[in-house]
Amino acid sequence: MSNELLNEVTFFVLSIFVGIEVISKVPTILHTPLMSGTNAIHGIIVVGAIVIAAGANSPVTIILGLVAVTLATTNVVGGFVVTDRMLEMFKGRQSPKPATPVTPTK
Amino acid sequence: MTTLIQIAYLVAAVLFILGLKQLSSPKGARNGNFIAAVGMVIALAATVPLLHFTTAGVIIIAIGVVIGAAVGAIGARMVKMTAIPQMVALFNGVGGGAAALVAVAELLRFGQHPSFTEAFPSVFSIVIGSVSFAGSMVAFAKLQELMTGTPITYPGQQIVNGILAALILGFVIAVLAVASIPFSFISLMVLALVLGVAFVLPIGGADMPVVISLLNAFTGLAVAASGFTLNNFALIVAGTLVGASGSLLTKLMSDAMGRSLANVLFGAFGQTRTGAAATAGIEGRSVRSGSAEDIGTLLAYSQRVIIVPGYGLAVAQAQHAARELAELLEKRGVEVSYAIHPVAGRMPGHMNVLLAEANVPYEQLKEMDEVNDEFKNADVALIVGANDVVNPSARNAPGSPIYGMPILNADQAKNIVFMKRSMRPGFAGIDNDLMYDPKTLMFFGDAKDSLTKLVAAVKAA
Repeated sequence: MSNELLNEVTFFVLSIFVGIEVISKVPTILHTPLMSGTNAIHGIIVVGAIVIAAGANSPVTIILGLVAVTLATTNVVGGFVVTDRMLEMFKGRQSPKPATPVTPTK
Repeated sequence: MTTLIQIAYLVAAVLFILGLKQLSSPKGARNGNFIAAVGMVIALAATVPLLHFTTAGVIIIAIGVVIGAAVGAIGARMVKMTAIPQMVALFNGVGGGAAALVAVAELLRFGQHPSFTEAFPSVFSIVIGSVSFAGSMVAFAKLQELMTGTPITYPGQQIVNGILAALILGFVIAVLAVASIPFSFISLMVLALVLGVAFVLPIGGADMPVVISLLNAFTGLAVAASGFTLNNFALIVAGTLVGASGSLLTKLMSDAMGRSLANVLFGAFGQTRTGAAATAGIEGRSVRSGSAEDIGTLLAYSQRVIIVPGYGLAVAQAQHAARELAELLEKRGVEVSYAIHPVAGRMPGHMNVLLAEANVPYEQLKEMDEVNDEFKNADVALIVGANDVVNPSARNAPGSPIYGMPILNADQAKNIVFMKRSMRPGFAGIDNDLMYDPKTLMFFGDAKDSLTKLVAAVKAA
């Protein structure tokens, strides 16, 4: 196994644990926004799409690159915007902290 | 220079992790989304300067980015809040499609005999990405009601799916061990697309959120695999983060419905018959229905009313009318709260989003555990377009497809007003005994019209 591949596998395995750990305490009401947010993050494929499109030099690679960049950009832009729209609804709507009862000094 | 890229990718990865962390807490969710978007911009900005562009490459990237950004931004801005679930499905599907295409382009570049470490992640990405694309499109069609939301099953379905899986395995081996030629990996892609469709068809519309979440995790893994193909750390880390957190989220969602993931995905097989038998058993029973005036009076002279909103309310855009009715009742001294089932609407948390949009005070929204003991003290449970989440057969009919799902105890209220468009069973396709309960008054009609009528009736009472 080459050094680079070994590094990649290391990142892969550690990312699995981080991914699970980081969202383990999500409350039910945030399931939909969280799903939508992770959906936007896998829009990182746009980086891959741009890498393959950059070197396009034949009809086949041009079409592949064009479609891949279009789809990936839709994913990343739509994903972040729709998540933001959802979360906008929650703005300033956190349940108010229970007012601390004023304990009269005796 | 490559060092700089690696550092930028590291920063992006950290921002994705922090973003996810914030997204899962109510306080910082919106910030979390923004942080992740910044990470995305950094990853892109670091990648572009080092590429060698052909002229064609520059042109197609410009066109693709403009079209994609326009479609994504306009689609996300224009979509109604009620249609958000299918929009997420759509955005997820195109991501999976992009991952598969990136892998196809790389396989073409590798030539006929790529090494195993080049070919394996590529075919993985093609298969998983294509399944995610096609499956998401079916999920979209089901939720958008372009096709029936009920599970589609046919004889020999499992055999057909088995053959598909076997063919896919065959082509995977062909690409890996024999030769990587366009015929094999294009066939692989087509077969995986068909598998994606076949996978989602037998799953009912009510379970689509769980399926979309699973396909979201799939896309994450496909992206990670494409990262291995391109030796790109940003893709590997971000894709894997989504794959892992998406898998956990899928499990949390099916837990919220009180079911196992296997039951959600494969439950349609063999369960349609029990559903039919259950329906046959209650034919011929009568229901009571009430007029707007009857119900308006009942509500106006109650002390405690609990509103149970469901998808019908969302579809009819009736959240504003519901708030108006609630405010009117409160002026008369009636205590009003909303009982939110974790999967009310079509996605967990969907109903909170909708009611927040209508400016319903946050304190009135009560989660299932909090509100379930309050039903027995409520004078009226007003069910607006909800069905499966108040269906007592989840509690007492072991043969029912939703048996075991935690439900709202609306049946314990002194009176039940069931607002519904018709007697048609709910999204899960199961009849609801609560409609035949002697305490229940049915009120038929579109949720918004009905609520408006009730507002008028309460004013008159």
